[in-house]
Amino acid sequence: MSIEIRLPTALRAFADKQEKIIVNGNSVGDSLNELFTTHPRLRQQLMTADGKLRSFVNVYINEDDARDKQGMATPVKDGDTIIIVPAIAGGI
Amino acid sequence: MEDLTKAELARYDRHLIMSEVGPEGQKKLKNASVLCVGAGGLGSPLALYLAAAGVGRIGIIDFDVVDESNLQRQIIHDTASVGTSKLASAKKRLNGLNPFVSIELHEMRLTSANAVELFKRYDVIADGTDNFATRYLVNDACVLTGRPNAYGSIFRFEGQLSVFGLKDGPCYRCLYPEPPPPGLVPSCSEAGVLGVLPGVIGTMQAIEALKLILGIGRPLSGRLMLYDALEQSWRTLKVKKNPACPVCSENPSIKAPIDYEAFCGLKEKPVSNPEISVQDLKSMLDKKEKFILLDVREPHEYEIAKIPGSTLIPLGKLPERFGELDKAAKLVVHCKMGGRSAKAVQFLREKGYDATNVAGGINAWSEAVDPSVPQY
Repeated sequence: MSIEIRLPTALRAFADKQEKIIVNGNSVGDSLNELFTTHPRLRQQLMTADGKLRSFVNVYINEDDARDKQGMATPVKDGDTIIIVPAIAGGI
Repeated sequence: MEDLTKAELARYDRHLIMSEVGPEGQKKLKNASVLCVGAGGLGSPLALYLAAAGVGRIGIIDFDVVDESNLQRQIIHDTASVGTSKLASAKKRLNGLNPFVSIELHEMRLTSANAVELFKRYDVIADGTDNFATRYLVNDACVLTGRPNAYGSIFRFEGQLSVFGLKDGPCYRCLYPEPPPPGLVPSCSEAGVLGVLPGVIGTMQAIEALKLILGIGRPLSGRLMLYDALEQSWRTLKVKKNPACPVCSENPSIKAPIDYEAFCGLKEKPVSNPEISVQDLKSMLDKKEKFILLDVREPHEYEIAKIPGSTLIPLGKLPERFGELDKAAKLVVHCKMGGRSAKAVQFLREKGYDATNVAGGINAWSEAVDPSVPQY
């Protein structure tokens, strides 16, 4: 399975400045775990100490929010894109 | 509805000749009102285009003064307006652009006490603020008053855009139920923003506001658009209404605006942590007092300007690296303007360190002590 994970600019600093990372996973959780294995600093940015996704970070599979599907257990297939979308507040 | 005058018919010709707008649509614009929350990066193009398009009544709420560093992106202001009120500067420019629209100024901070009454006076709210506390307040007050929110936000090279609070559509809390804890997400003043970016996003907010007023097209409700300037790409994601949303569901737990500053953890602590001025720091250095000068900015900021002898540990790294600091030593902590270092001092004191903040940060140092250190 070749899954593309897209990182927002704020998080690219934690992943050698890459905007996308290709992983192999069968579910959203699998894919993120692989991402954290290669880029461990991202785990702390995205997950709480007890392993939950932080409340101001959303994870999308293609155009759907993982929460509207099966969360971390949502299956992914070859060619899917996982998009990490943290809340941003800037405006001035 | 008030009719269009002869002068207005001439001015809005390019709208009038499109059947989707036409004289009836232009009359709707003339009789409509939009509140711009913030007269900054997003508020600049937003208010300019709304005024140019002939939105009859435009309110702006802001309490800031134009700073030179605003002009890289806040195109409603100009060099001559530096040091003056943003509202006065915006009004002057908008009146110059279109004398047929009325500009209402609200020189105050938006709070849980004034938001609902203020929002009731406008048809559409356009959120262009710069912090999570105000964003949640705007969202909740929009839902409570039934006003749609043409939402835009920006960070570095990225923007987010949506319309929240439409009947049957999601609100901002459906997308992000809770704000991030303070300190984890840097603000634009700390992380920077590409100057043109708010031009893109603020302009799109103006388009959504006009569509809502005219009732044409498909409002950007239930969809979140992400803009990446580096990739030059747009992506559209779905946003569903949360049936358990604390504010917009059928059984909401939030029925009036709450104290958002406490909710977002921004409320100032009643007991403040010790703080010294840059002059105090200078005299401590001159007297060769023993202390560690800790800089909690990012490495790229450190490259631009630093105070000699300082130790760099970025604020975000402090939780994993504070052990490197000698617990017996006195710590004096600074950043760019004093905000991040105050958080670092709070954190270090909780860990048992003797930490003191430098008010005003390296910018104040450059201003008052050593002008050879560049400000940025």
